[in-house]
Parts: sequence; structure tokens; C-alpha cells
Amino acid sequence: MDDQISLRVTRYRPDKDLEPSWQDYDVPLREEWTVLDALNYVKSDIDTTLAFRWSCRMGICGSCGMNVEGEPRLTCATFLSDYAPGPVRVEPLGNFPVARDLVVDIEDFMEKLPRVKPWIIRDEEQSVDDGEYLQTPEELDAYKQFSMCINCMLCYAACPVYGLDPDFVGPAAIALAERYDLDSRDQGARERLDVLIEHEGVYGCTFVGECTRVCPKHVDPAGAIQRYKLKAAQQSVKAFLLPRALQR
Amino acid sequence: MTQPRIGDSDLLYRRPVSVWWWTRKRNYFLFVMRELSSLFIAWLVLYLLLFIRAVAHGEAAYVDFLDRASSPWLVAVNVVAFGFLVLHTVTWFSLTPQAMVVSLRGRRVPAAAIIGAQYAGLALVSAFVFWLVTP
Repeated sequence: MDDQISLRVTRYRPDKDLEPSWQDYDVPLREEWTVLDALNYVKSDIDTTLAFRWSCRMGICGSCGMNVEGEPRLTCATFLSDYAPGPVRVEPLGNFPVARDLVVDIEDFMEKLPRVKPWIIRDEEQSVDDGEYLQTPEELDAYKQFSMCINCMLCYAACPVYGLDPDFVGPAAIALAERYDLDSRDQGARERLDVLIEHEGVYGCTFVGECTRVCPKHVDPAGAIQRYKLKAAQQSVKAFLLPRALQR
Repeated sequence: MTQPRIGDSDLLYRRPVSVWWWTRKRNYFLFVMRELSSLFIAWLVLYLLLFIRAVAHGEAAYVDFLDRASSPWLVAVNVVAFGFLVLHTVTWFSLTPQAMVVSLRGRRVPAAAIIGAQYAGLALVSAFVFWLVTP
């Protein structure tokens, strides 16, 4: 194995540059190093001006998502040696505006997420004296997969629909809506449906399926969205066919 | 005049999306081909309706239809359409388990069983149509 590999990194200094450009850095190629380790090496030993986001280094925080060789990846879970002999192209996460170097502006996602009300909604809150809301293992299994989302936004970077129409609510937000809809303790499905059956909601999705393929936590947002469409369609048919008293 | 700040939206760089975005990745390309296949499905439905109309109009119209159907350009179109028909069927069948969660006796039916059931259904319908049209 060569002992060096070249990183080709996007640079963008908003106060100086009109558009991003490439900068190459040679870093040690170590078997146990991830792309994030290499970026941290650049930051500490070669160029302190390079900007990127990271935190936990173990695939939990969802901060270090970037496009590595064009694929949205968590850089802390992407090994340098898989790209030997290099060079390795590292770009800011796709489909988001670039704030500086490898840092993207996530304001749009932060605004969309609360719109689908990803929290437990109760018609009437049970008092503390009545004890906790109990759940069987089967009831937990119903939504567990969708609860693994770490908001890393790789799915948004992979989604061509979001790239072409930034109004689309997007994969992670809809998967999280599904996570709470499927929770036996939740009663907010009706409220979420109102947001998600808008044009920018589930029907914006054309089932490319790339969100599911890039998800580092195997959440399957594409599946969640199609299931939502099916649910919404069933609701519409019911509303059309059944008298009000029999709906639900 | 106020000084621009880092993080101001006018300092953000918005990367343009190329009209050729779907050629960038194999999966994007397959997706666009899958979408395109709908046009060929529509054509084959129309072709079938024209065929049924010709049959309904008697012997002369039927022979006339067969004559036209054997012209090289129509054969070429139908070969391409058949290719897209296969792509359409295979891709949609394989996507179904993601959209439909089927439970039997409290257990989730595995994806392979759902896909298999669709192919079995297709075989059954094809066998019925074959029986219907063979003298």
C-alpha cells in the first residue's frame, strides 16, 4: 500500500470566492483512517483554514455527511483505503447551499422537520399518576426502524426530487412522520397527514429510492413515503365511500 | 449600509443542477428509464385496443392490421416497447414490498414472497390469456 493518498477537497470562501474550487492535500494513507481522520489531519497539520462539520466520529451525531467521490457518505464511516490509490474527491453534501468549504447551510431542513410534528401527540395527556404508556415488543418493532434516523441529511443529498424542487418536504422528515404515526402511543396521524398530502409532501416523491440506498442507518425513507401514499389513498377512498360515522 | 456577514444567504453558493443529472449515476439512469417506460406501456395499451377493434371489424380489418403490424418500423417499435415493458414489470415488482407491508398471522411477509406472488399472478393471467386465444 502507498503511504500517501491525495485528497481533492472543495474550497469556498464566501467573502472572497465567486464559486467553489478544488484544493489538493497529500495525507498519510493508514488502514484505520477514515476520510474524516484525513480531514482532521489536514486541519491540524497542513491547512488550518479548512472548514468542515464533525462531532462524534462514530456514526451517531450525523454531522459529518459529505459527498465522497460523488456519493453522500458519513465521512467518519468511510475508509480512506477503499479509495486507494486516490485521489479522493470530497465535496459538500449535495443539494444544499454551500456556506464555506465543506460546510452546507441546513436551514431548510431545520425549518421542514418540525412541520411534520415529529413528536408524540396525544388527544388527552395521561396524568403522571396513571403511570407510563406501556408498549409491547411488537408495537416497538412497528416503528423502530424509522426511529434510527440521525438527521444526517444524506438522503436529501441523494434525492434528485429535492435537488430539482427544494420545496419537497424530503425523505428524512417523512420517515420521521411515519415513525410517530406507527407509534402505538401516538394519536397525531391526522395532523401529520394534513401536512404530508400537500403537493410538496409525499406526492412529490417519484420513488427514485436513492435515499434508502445511501441511508447509513437503514431507515428506508423511500419505503416510508410509499407506505404513506398508500395510507393517504386509502383515507381518501374511505372519506369518499363511507359515511362520516364509520370513518376511522 | 450594513456589512455582509458570513452565513448571509447572499453569500451562500447554490450549485446549479445540470439537466443531465440522471446520467451521473446508474441508479438515476435506471429510474429515468423506468419513468420513460410508462410511455411504451401506454403505446402497447393503445396497440392492443387497435388490435381488438380490428378483430371486431371482421376478417378484412384483421388481415389489414396484421399486414401493418409486420412492417419493419412497427416491429422495431414493438421490440423496443417490449424491452421497456420487461423493465417496467421487473422494476415495479421489485419495489412493491417497500411500499406494501403485508402481515400474515402477526408476522411480516418477506419481500421475496411478495415479489414471487406477483410473478405467479403474472404467469396465471398469461396462461389464461394464452388458453383464451389458442384455437
